[in-house]
Formats: sequence, structure tokens, C-alpha cells
Amino acid sequence: MAVDLATVTRIAKLARLRLAPGEAEPLVAELNGILRWIEQLGEVDTAGVEPMAAVIPNHLRWRPDAVTDGGVAAAVLANAPASEAGFFAVPKVIE
Amino acid sequence: MSDAPFTIRGTTGDWEIVVGLEVHAQVTAKSKLFSGAATAFGAAPNTQVSLVDAAMPGMLPVLNGECVRQAVRTGLALDAEIHRISRFDRKNYFYADLPQGYQISQLYHPIVGEGHLDIEPEGEAPKRVGIERLHLEQDAGKSVHDAHPAMTFVDLNRSGCALMEIVSKPDIRSPAQAGAYVRALRSLLRYVGSCDGNMEEGSMRADVNVSVRRPGAAFGTRTETKNVNSVRFVMAAVEAEARRQVDVLEAGGTIVQETRLFDPDRMTTRPMRSKAAAHDYRYFPDPDLLPVELSETFVADCAASLPELPVAKRSRYVEALGLTPYDAAVLTAERETADWFEALLADLVRRTGKPATELAKPASNWVTGELFAVLKRTGGGIEASPVSPEGAAELLALVADRTLSGSLAKQVFEAMVETGDSAAAIVDARGLRQVSDTGAIDAAIAGILAANTDKIAEYRGGKDKLFGFFVGQTMRAMAGKADPAVVNDRLKTALAG
Repeated sequence: MAVDLATVTRIAKLARLRLAPGEAEPLVAELNGILRWIEQLGEVDTAGVEPMAAVIPNHLRWRPDAVTDGGVAAAVLANAPASEAGFFAVPKVIE
Repeated sequence: MSDAPFTIRGTTGDWEIVVGLEVHAQVTAKSKLFSGAATAFGAAPNTQVSLVDAAMPGMLPVLNGECVRQAVRTGLALDAEIHRISRFDRKNYFYADLPQGYQISQLYHPIVGEGHLDIEPEGEAPKRVGIERLHLEQDAGKSVHDAHPAMTFVDLNRSGCALMEIVSKPDIRSPAQAGAYVRALRSLLRYVGSCDGNMEEGSMRADVNVSVRRPGAAFGTRTETKNVNSVRFVMAAVEAEARRQVDVLEAGGTIVQETRLFDPDRMTTRPMRSKAAAHDYRYFPDPDLLPVELSETFVADCAASLPELPVAKRSRYVEALGLTPYDAAVLTAERETADWFEALLADLVRRTGKPATELAKPASNWVTGELFAVLKRTGGGIEASPVSPEGAAELLALVADRTLSGSLAKQVFEAMVETGDSAAAIVDARGLRQVSDTGAIDAAIAGILAANTDKIAEYRGGKDKLFGFFVGQTMRAMAGKADPAVVNDRLKTALAG
């Protein structure tokens, strides 16, 4: 698997990363290096091995259905560039 | 020719429609899918938001077990496959009301697989609609666009609430079927108790996938109309979108696979402003969450906790209680109505000692007739009924033992609604007891006959319809309290001469 310039530009756009002119090209080479490195895993024979979800044997923990959090509107809004009447206020987005 | 229940007649021939629905149902739970913040509707903005829901760095999701249980119970009620292992994935996109920058959902391994839902579309034969899957996911926050000229206000109270996305197979072929599907699903969710089905508050909303095709042809290209929030609008969106597609195709155009919005004012759909690249969600397994594993005991407990479901209840009402399919459908449409009816019937059986099979029909008639009329007038649901099931049973027991005639029972019920007094108290206080005493009735009949000798002659001459006149006169003379069966019987004898 390898990425080209168009793919890198598209991924950057989807991730809302602004790339300065000339920044994308080196990223193509760097990402392809990472992908080649990961692909070495393909050399291991995994026939008959169950896919695993985590490296340590662990199970998902469940929480009881109880209200234990919230009521911290001030903290939630503290880092917002703008807020009004308890809402986050963002530049108008309308469909 | 087409054997479809619904076709659109275009200028170039008939078109069939193919519809699949994705219903988002908010799971009934006190707290959110991955946080301990509350889910109640209508709280002040951002007061039911934890730092997890606000996606502060370093916060980790912890799964709410109750949401898993409700999803499994719903899956079982849909006769669906329950996946013993499922996973959460991240669906990546940016929007102001999605602080994480991704929605935690289940694309690859949903908790519930294939099932089905039986529907009864109006004016069409009953039908079974396939369920493709049901998965758990997070809801987004709410954007308010019209409170400020230049700003959008964002409230994250809904952010992170658990949703079940229930995806049908593309089995629906008419607006009536689409409406019946949403109604049946809403009723089922309310029976199960996994969603309150409140469409006005947004607890349930549908994405409507529509395509058209020539009868028997392969599926056409579909569009998806988002967030339709009533049964009526779902039906209207299906029809409007199908007609639009036929117009486009017949004018030589092609259908673009796109997301559209329903405009309830114009009853039409329009394209959402294009989010050109937004459909590349780059799903991947959420590394913060291990797989959801379900034990056999857990699934069995979920199954054991299910109430009798609408379809089973409906057939029991018909087969065991002898009600008509129509009455059974009306009584079981809402769980509250069925519960009320069953409480009434049980108490009526206890009071009269008569079998339920004999009492079910009059009880059903009374609920769907008298009680529903009063509820319609007072504008509440059955949970706000001015009389209790026990109070109604007392009234109907007085009819069953012939203390009251049907018309006297109507008067007594009106008085019960008005005063809140019990049926027996009203009967005693107002002397509304039915008169079955043949002596008093015979005396009244004798008076009527003496005053109407001409009519007697006409009646005996073959004008049978006059019998109703004599009944009416006798009842009036008895101030409406005579037992109609006795009046009929004695009048026949008297008129026969």
C-alpha cells in the first residue's frame, strides 16, 4: 500500500490540516515509509490466529446507568472562544 | 403491468417505488452511552454535559450497560440475530455540534443483525418488512441557527445520548407501508420500553431512502432524505421524493445519489447544501473501546424481561377473547391502552364472576367508544383518563347485572366524568336504576296504546316500522329507565293483541 500526492492532499483536507505549499510532497515520502514499515507485519504467518482487540487480555467494562456527571456548564464552556446564554457560539453554519 | 400496491403513473408509463428506512431511536436511559451525564429533555443548555461529552483531551468513554441491554431487548423483539460480539467504530467528520470530530458508532460489527417487523398498512394487505441491522451510536449536539444573525449556538446536552439506529431492508413499496412501518416500530419500542417514541422531542426520527424503477426492473439510484420526524412527514417525503425522481427520469435526467432534506411547509424535498467530500467518513475501530461481549445468561435475561408484544397480544385478543381484528388492533396500538383494557377486564371478571370471553366485547366497545370519545374531548391520553379501570369496571358490572341499560350507563358515565363520583354512588343519588319490573312497564304500555289506537291499527296492518315509535313512547313515559329488553318483549305481546 502506498499513498500519492493527491491522497495526502485529500486526507489533509478531510482532517482540516492546512498544508503550506511544498509541505505535502515530503509527507508523501514519510507516510509511505511508515506504511512500508507496518507492512512488515504481513510477513508473519497468522493463519489460524484469532484477531485480537487488545494486546492485554482484558474485557470491556460496563457502567451502571446512573447520573454521576454533568452540571458543569461553566467548565465545559471555559475554553470556548465565544459563548452566549450558556451556548457555544460559533460562526454561522447552516444547511 | 405491476402488482405493486402503489405506482406512480408517469407520462411514459408506470413506476414502482422502493423504500428503506433508517430510524434513529433514542435509548431510554438516565445517563449517556459513554458518560454519566443526564439525558432528560429540556434542560438548560450545556448543563447535562460531562467533559467526556465535550471531548476534552484525555477523557475516555465507559459503556452504559443499560443501553446495551435495551438494544438487545429491542433486537429480540424484532426477532433478530443478537451478535455475541460487537464493536464500536469511529465515523469521522467535522461539524460544530460534534466536539469529538467523530461519532462512535458500529459499522462493521453491529450488536443486532437481521430480523423483521410485521406491519399493517392502511388499505393494503399485512406485510413483513426485513430488518437489516440495529446498532448503537452516539447522538450529536443541537445547533440553533436562528437565535443570532451571525452565530450558530451549540448545546451539547444531547451529545453522547445513546441512539439505536434501526435499518430496514429495502422492502417497503408504498407511502402507506412506510407510515405503517414507523407506527409499528414506534409501538414496539414503546412496548419494549427501550425508547419513548416521542417524535416531537426528537426521540425518534427517520432517514428515508427512496428510489424508483420500472415494474420488475433492478433497483434505481436512491436518495436519502434526512431527519423526518413524524409518520405523516415520512409518508409525504416518500411520495414527494418518488414523484420528483419520476419527473427527473422522464425528462431524460439521471438521479444523483445524494442527501436531501424534507421541507414540511412545502411538503417537498430539496438537496442539502453539498458537503462534497463529507461522505468519506474513514471509519476505523475505536481504540478506546474493547469489543462488547454478551453472555448467554445476559441475552436470556433480556428475553425473559420482554412484555407480551403487540403482534402476540393482538392475536390473543382475537383468539382467546373473541374480539374483532380491528378492535384488537386499536386496543393494542399503544401499550398503555392495552394495559388499561386488561385491568378493566380483569376487574370486571372479578366483580361479575362471568367469563372474560363474555365480557371482552362489551368492555372493548365501551373503551373504544365511550372512553375514547371522552378522551378526545378532554384532549388527554388514556393515562390521563378521568376514570380508573376499576371505576369503569364498576360501571360495566352494573350493565352486566342489568341494573343499568346502555343508555343509562352513558348518563352515569357522563356524571362520573363530571363529578368524579363512583358509578354506584351516582346510580343511588340520582335514582338511575333501570326498571325491569313488568308491572310498571305494562302500565306505561297500556297508557301509550290507549292514546294511539290509530297507530295500533296501522301497525297491525303491516307497518312494522311503527314498533320503534311504541318503544320510544314507552321509554319516554318511563323517563328512560325501563329495561329495553323487557319493553321490547312486553310491547310485542301487547301489540299482538
